[in-house]
Amino acid sequence: MADAERTPGFNTLAVHAGAKPDPTTGARATPIYQTTSFVFDDVEHAASLFGLQAFGNIYTRIGNPTCAVLEERVAALEGGTAGLAVASGHAAQLIVMQTLLMPGDEFIASKKLYGGSINQFNNAFKSFGWNVVWADPDDIGSFERAVSPKTKAVFIESIANPGGVITDIEAVAAIARKAGVPLIVDNTLATPYLCKPIDFGADIVVHSLTKFLGGHGNSIGGMIVDAGSFNWSRDKKYPMLCEPRTEYSGIVLHETFGNFSFAIACRVLGLRDLGPALSPFNAFLIATGIETLPLRMQRHSDNALAVAQWLAGHPQVAWVSYPGLPGDKYHALAQKYVPKGCGAVMTVGLKGGYDAGVKLVSNVKLFSHLANIGDTKSLIIHPASTTHKQLTDAQKTQAGAGPDVVRLSIGIEDKDDIIADLELGLK
Amino acid sequence: MNHDSYPDSYIRGILNTVKTIAMVGFSPNTSRPSYFVFKYFLERGTRVIPVNPGHAGKEILGQKVYSRLADIPEPIDMVDIFRASEFVPGVVQEALALKPLPQVIWMQLEIRNDEAAAMAEAAGIKVVMNRCPKIEYGRLSSEISWMGINSRTLSSKRGQILPGGVQRMGLGNAGDKKSD
Repeated sequence: MADAERTPGFNTLAVHAGAKPDPTTGARATPIYQTTSFVFDDVEHAASLFGLQAFGNIYTRIGNPTCAVLEERVAALEGGTAGLAVASGHAAQLIVMQTLLMPGDEFIASKKLYGGSINQFNNAFKSFGWNVVWADPDDIGSFERAVSPKTKAVFIESIANPGGVITDIEAVAAIARKAGVPLIVDNTLATPYLCKPIDFGADIVVHSLTKFLGGHGNSIGGMIVDAGSFNWSRDKKYPMLCEPRTEYSGIVLHETFGNFSFAIACRVLGLRDLGPALSPFNAFLIATGIETLPLRMQRHSDNALAVAQWLAGHPQVAWVSYPGLPGDKYHALAQKYVPKGCGAVMTVGLKGGYDAGVKLVSNVKLFSHLANIGDTKSLIIHPASTTHKQLTDAQKTQAGAGPDVVRLSIGIEDKDDIIADLELGLK
Repeated sequence: MNHDSYPDSYIRGILNTVKTIAMVGFSPNTSRPSYFVFKYFLERGTRVIPVNPGHAGKEILGQKVYSRLADIPEPIDMVDIFRASEFVPGVVQEALALKPLPQVIWMQLEIRNDEAAAMAEAAGIKVVMNRCPKIEYGRLSSEISWMGINSRTLSSKRGQILPGGVQRMGLGNAGDKKSD
């Protein structure tokens, strides 16, 4: 097999990408480089590293070999040129936007997003002068109408949390391309196992690694993946990438680092200055989790479809929003974007409204009542009283989190046990 | 040679054999990509000869700058071109007049001229276009993986640490498989 020019499959990449045996010790598992700093070979080497003229490690806020394994692995799985691991999914979004936007600029975002992202965009980002303009994924034309000379990016989720909305990535990518701005896709719910947004025109992919990539509910983390597809110099709209950086003696990042310059900019400008670095220990746990991503995502999706079918026939259930169901509004888009399955997350409308939601989360014994998704364990939450509580009623309903709605993240337990627990809870 | 996609073995073979590089279009400005590549290969013990008529006769990091390829008084293994694509045929013609001929003509990122490449290949010279040798060396040695870059290589073998420091990797590992 030596030097065979085969292209490895997804399962192989999930296990191997980024993780060669440690060059100094031969350790086969990825070592946890639990250190803040790295000694330089000599003064000249230090100068080369600080000047970005050599590849290497300086300080864990900017890079760490354990985090680098995770970065390369996710980049490989997404089909990107490079990755940058950060402290959380929110930190990933912060660094991406800080690299693209100046105060007074705008970005267009789908209004069907994770409630935490809606908060971040409406509050923290507005306070930085980065102005979100909302568009409706059910009306693709609303993205085009939102474009202005100040637009610097478009942001969508591949599968929206929690409403089960599948966004027509290719259609939005075409609008972003026409506007000359990058398309950012949050691929947290789908993971690259179910959907690879770069294949459909995404220029940047972001993740909350906390969810299915880590997969075991033990570590918070975020990831930025550079698709390598965007020409940052063409319209001179992105000064972080196309203008000389005085802090690095005048180098132009796009000219110097080519098709992975966005990831480098996020690291050597954004992460360096803003500081939300990922702990190497978290990187180790998440990278280990990813080794079984293909197995887990298929089981999550298969279990979720069985649960959705069962719930759809239950007398106390008003509706089930899960794109895997043949009658679902997003079923056709699901066939195109997530053909292997629609992931673990669904929302359920209970005929008994708010009180029925409270009763269900109180009565279940296998499902855990908590504010997360993407654990091996089945999870349940009533978004109106928790994750989406800070939104207005109109925003709650818009985001698919009205008072009658319960969100489920189906785990990888036996599906009969999961269904039996819901049956108990609905009695 | 298919110049849209090079096998890793082709690039590895070139970077493993080349000992002397002439850099045409070299800039002594320390923030320019050519300077990065120059410094990187010098630090790896490669002989790198800068070529730029505007700076001929100067010494940069101890290396004498020449005006043109023909002025270099020693054999060259590889000509690395940092000039826009339209200037490449002239550089290739100069390279074809060298005795002995260089083994490799390399054009940097965004630089590609298929006619000039065909001319060089007809003379038995290997050609690489629209690539950076520093990035390729970093990718195939795994050094670039420290920056979270997708090296598109997998291996169950340890990488090679170069003498002179732990943060320098070599190309000694031939067990890599292509990924991506």
